[in-house]
Order: sequence, then C-alpha cells, then structure tokens
Amino acid sequence: MLEIKNLHAGIDGNEILKGISLTVRKGEIHAIMGPNGSGKSTLAKVLSGHPAYEVTKGEVFYEGENLLEMPPDERAREGVFMAFQYPIEVPGVSNAQFLRLAYNEKRKHLGEEELDPLEFKDLLRERAKIVEMDASFMTRSVNEGFSGGEKKRNEILQMAVLEPRLAILDETDSGLDIDALRIVAGGVNQLHNSENAVILVTHYQRLLDYIVPQFVHVLANGRIAKEGGKELALELEQKGYDWLKTAAPETSVVGVQTNQR
Amino acid sequence: MLTELKQENSYQEAFRALQENESESCVSWLARLRENAMDSFQELGFPSTRNEEWKYTNVAPIAKAAFHPQTRAATAANESGANELAGFSVAEAENSQLVFLNGVLRDDLSSLTALPQEVVAIDLSRAIADERYSEIVRRHLAREADYVAHSFVALNTAFVSGGAFVFIPKGVVVKAPIHLLFLSEGHRTTSFPRVLVVAEANSTATLVESYLGTDGGEYFTNAVVEIVLGEGARLEHYKVQRESVDAFHIATTVADLAPNSSYDSTAVTFGAQLSRHDINVTMGHEGAECWVDGLYLVTSAQHTDTHSVIDHRKPHCTSRQLYKGILDGKSRAVFNGKIFVRHDAQKTDAMQTNKNLLLSNEARVDTKPQLEILADDVKCAHGAAVGQIDQEELFYLETRGIHFDLARNLLTYGFAEEVIGKIKIESIRQQLDEAVLNRLNARLEA
Repeated sequence: MLEIKNLHAGIDGNEILKGISLTVRKGEIHAIMGPNGSGKSTLAKVLSGHPAYEVTKGEVFYEGENLLEMPPDERAREGVFMAFQYPIEVPGVSNAQFLRLAYNEKRKHLGEEELDPLEFKDLLRERAKIVEMDASFMTRSVNEGFSGGEKKRNEILQMAVLEPRLAILDETDSGLDIDALRIVAGGVNQLHNSENAVILVTHYQRLLDYIVPQFVHVLANGRIAKEGGKELALELEQKGYDWLKTAAPETSVVGVQTNQR
Repeated sequence: MLTELKQENSYQEAFRALQENESESCVSWLARLRENAMDSFQELGFPSTRNEEWKYTNVAPIAKAAFHPQTRAATAANESGANELAGFSVAEAENSQLVFLNGVLRDDLSSLTALPQEVVAIDLSRAIADERYSEIVRRHLAREADYVAHSFVALNTAFVSGGAFVFIPKGVVVKAPIHLLFLSEGHRTTSFPRVLVVAEANSTATLVESYLGTDGGEYFTNAVVEIVLGEGARLEHYKVQRESVDAFHIATTVADLAPNSSYDSTAVTFGAQLSRHDINVTMGHEGAECWVDGLYLVTSAQHTDTHSVIDHRKPHCTSRQLYKGILDGKSRAVFNGKIFVRHDAQKTDAMQTNKNLLLSNEARVDTKPQLEILADDVKCAHGAAVGQIDQEELFYLETRGIHFDLARNLLTYGFAEEVIGKIKIESIRQQLDEAVLNRLNARLEA
C-alpha cells in the first residue's frame, strides 16, 4: 500500500529526514517512535503533503502511484488521512458542514452520488458513536473552543467519516487523559480492518497498549535506528531513547546541514 | 471645480422646486430646517480628501456626476410592479414593511398588518402633517444628525420630505421586524431616504434597513437615520447595503441612548462602487449598552468606508464593536472607529476590533481604531488586523480532501460568519450567506 524509499526531506533548508525506507501493507498497524526532534512528525507531514516541507531525495509510492506528486487534497481523496497533533480551529464553519463537504468531495472523486444534508446527518450520527461524541459538537465550529481531548476525538470522527485506506495518527495520544485515550484508541481499533492500514506516530508506549502494532520503527536523527515487533516498544519504555544515540551514530551527509528542530 | 459647482447648483435648483411645490403644505419649521440645511450644504460643499474625515474617500465622482434629485411627481410616473420587487422582501417582515422607490413610499407595496396597533410606521411627511406625531418629529428630527458640520447630512436634510417615521410607544414589544426597504432604479437618480425611529421607555423592536438597486443603474443614495431610544428600550438594527455595483451610497446613522437602553447594530455592506457609512452612538446616560458590528465584502474596484463614533459620556456603559472586512480584486476599504470615554464615564467597558481579510494582493485597507480615554477607571481594548488566509487552516482543510479553492472559500465564508451568524432574522441570514457564497463562487450547504 505504502512504500517509502530513501526519503530525505526538510524545512527551510534544514534536512530532517535523512533516508527513511518503510513498507506498509494493507491490514497492518505500524508504530513510528522516537525522541523529540527525531523526525516523526516531519514524516507525517511529508506524507500528507504539507507545503512547507521539501522532499530533497527519495520516493514514496501509495497504491503504486507517486504520492509526492499529488497535492494534499488529492492524497486525501485517494484515501490518505492524517490526524493532526494540533488540530486546527476553523471559526464560522460548523463541524457538520465541514464533514459533509469533505465526505462529498470524496464521493464525487469516486464517482458516487453526494449525500444531502439529511442523509449525511444519519451517517454522522452513526459515526459519532464510534468516538462517543455528542450531537451538540456537530453544530459547533470545527474545533473552536474544543478541549484537547475533544479535538483529538474530532480527528478520529473525521477519520470515521472519510474511511481512509491509510491513516497516519500524529501524536494522537499527546495531551489525552486515560478516558479520552481509551475512546480515541477504541475508535481507531473499530475502524481498522484487513483492507486499511494505520501508522501511529508516538513518543510514548502508552498508546500501543490500546492500539497494538505489528511493527515498531524507532527514529533517531532522521533515520530508522531500530525496527522490530511490538515488544520493541516495551523495551524502549524501559530503556528510554538515550541508548539509541549510540546505536545510530550520525553519519555526515554532504552539503546538508543537520540542525534538529 | 466648475462641474462641481454646477452640480451643487443643480441641487440648489431642485431644492428651490421642492420648497415651492410644498410651500402650501409644508409646516414652517420644516421649511426653515431645510433652508438652514441647504445654506449649510452650500457653505460646506462636498468634502474633499483634504478633510481628515474624508482622507481616503474621494467623493469627486458624486460631486461631478449630474444626479437628479427625485421629486414625488417624478417618481409617481414610475410603475414598478409588486412582482418584480417581491424578490427583495424578507419573509419575516412580509406584513411589517415599508417599501420606498427612489426614496418615495409606495403604499401599494407596503403592509403593516403584523404590527401591534400602537406602533406607528408611516411616511415621514405624513407624520409631520399629523398632529398626533408632529411634535415628536419636531423634537427629534435633525437633533442628533448634525447638518451644520456634515455635508451629506446637510444635503439630505435640505431634501427632507418623504422617509419613514417609526414610533414604538412605552412598553410595547414588537415581534415582527420592521423592514424599511429602499429600492432605487433608473440612471443618475438621487434619493434622500430619511428615517426617524423613536422607541419609548422599555419598548423592544427590530429594525431592518435594506438598500437595493433593481436595475443596476448609476444612482446616488444619501440616507440619514436617526434613532432615539428611551429608558430601558431595546432595539436590534440591521442595515443591509446591497446597492447596484455602479451606485453611490452615503449613509449616516445616529443613535441616542437613554439610561439602561440597549442598541444592537449590524451593518452589512456588499454593494455600490463607492459607499460610506457614518455611525455615531451617543451614550449620554448611565447603564446603556451597544453593539456596533459590521461586515464589508467588496471586490473589483469597489470602495467602502466606515466611520464610527461611540461616545461614552456617562458611567457604567458598555460598548462592543466588531467590524470585519473581506476584500478581493482592487477593492479598498477604510475603517475609522473612534471611541471616546469622557471624563465622567467611569466604569466604562469598551471593546473594539476591526479584522480584515485580503484575498488579493491589490486590495487595500486603511484601518484606524482610536481610543480616547479621559476617565481613569475603565476597561477598554481595541485592535485591528489585516491579513491573508491562514496557511495552516488551509492545509488542514486540504488534508480532508477539500480542494484548495474550495478550502479558501470555506475559510472566507467562516470569517464572514462571525458577523452574519449573529443576525437573528433567519431569512436575512440566509440571503447574506448566499450573497457571500455567490460572491465567492462557492457552493456550501447545511
């Protein structure tokens, strides 16, 4: 489904990703872990097409297509979804309005008929149950005045409505209390099936107690320093990330600064 | 300069004709008021950009154009039918509306059956001739709108004839919004809408003032609206300016607030090639509150200017002001908001914000929020912002599969919604939503 080959990318001339290779097949759950500044979030942003990040080398294929050539909205309509670490507030646009618009854009793209407001309301009511969200959230402006936990649940609601084939969750666990974490993780588990894939970007092992990955990739200094199964996450929990710094010595890349964000 | 003089003379001519025509019917105080106002206009002339208050707004096109002031007789010949005007009505005010064509009341298109019997909404000249109301009109007309210092107020006052007189007696609550619909048609016509609203103590009402062009002509509307609120009175006021794109619109709104009264104003500006709105709220008594909000959405070569004055003269008054602007093309907007907090006005609570969204590199905004505080125990804040669409917001929408152009429109719509969303009359809110979306060429529902 997703094939990342020797990906180099950065922002404002600073290279952050220094050669990432990763393959994700449908039905899989991958965790990308690593210390702050290791490039986890950059990878998520590059995959979703953030305009500020520049890919300097490497390739990314999604369902056989060159993902990097697609603008962000096309990636989304093709089934790539990113849950933001810090979801953006959109004043003046109601959650229901926004979700229906996004949903119908995708339907149109797939050559399916658009849903009218009433039909969509039914669908939304059903999907909202997945993240235990109250109907009152639908008439409120997108994320405006939402608590941290509500914003994260709203991200998963969007995922539930858009039904992506590849979902990238960027630090979705950060700032969540244990109840919200359980709801968010429960939502992701309900949505995951043998036809789609999930990439969890996280600093902590905690999330992986709820969403269990088959593969764990540990990033350090913009490279994958270690890979393994779910037990690798537990090992990290015990040892911390410091030992990785010796495990993945920095090799200089010619002509590129290596400042960390 | 010569053409301007000529134009001023043509107003003078029309003025003489009006005074002569109505010499028999017109009460002497009104004839005198008009005379004084005309003298004042002759003295002031049209404001030039050397005048600080008109620095960014050049009214030379109005001064130069040969506009013909509309008289009653000229308009009577015009036979626009009810059918073609139906599209401009507001459903909630179907039976509480006065329709004016080129400034002259059309009884056949107006209906007031939804208003309580005690409420008066009639032609201003009829109110002046009616002994039940003439004293009230005389007491308040041209009292707050200063024709000595302001050219366009002077010009309007010189031509006071028709218009609307709205009177809400003590304690009366009016549910239906009172809609004053000012339609303009024809080319080079000028109309002088004049409105006097007197809301007595503890009354509650909603006033809608709409300006529309029926056939897209180059005409000139010069309106003056005076509002007098009694103790504890509450008025919601909507001004919706959707003149034709070639029109000129100059309007002045003045509101005088009694103790504990509440005035909630929302002014929406979409139309006219050149528009200017002066809104002055005087809080000369304790415990009054006001909202002075607005939205301007302009494109192409449109120019719009809002000058507001909120004058806190006494303690314990609250004012809130939010003006938002959306500019596309080569359009230009001016916002000048003054808040005065006088020496006596302790415990004033005043907040003023002007936010502008530029959709093109060629659009321009001149914004100047001003606070002048003479009291020492007050809570005041003001701010202005001019910016473009937030890139992170745009990216967020794109990652949900929404195309760049649509995402941009959605965010622009959301920006306008903060003002439009506060409008409590459903069909006006919908009309404006649609107008915003049309302007953006966007489609959104639900």
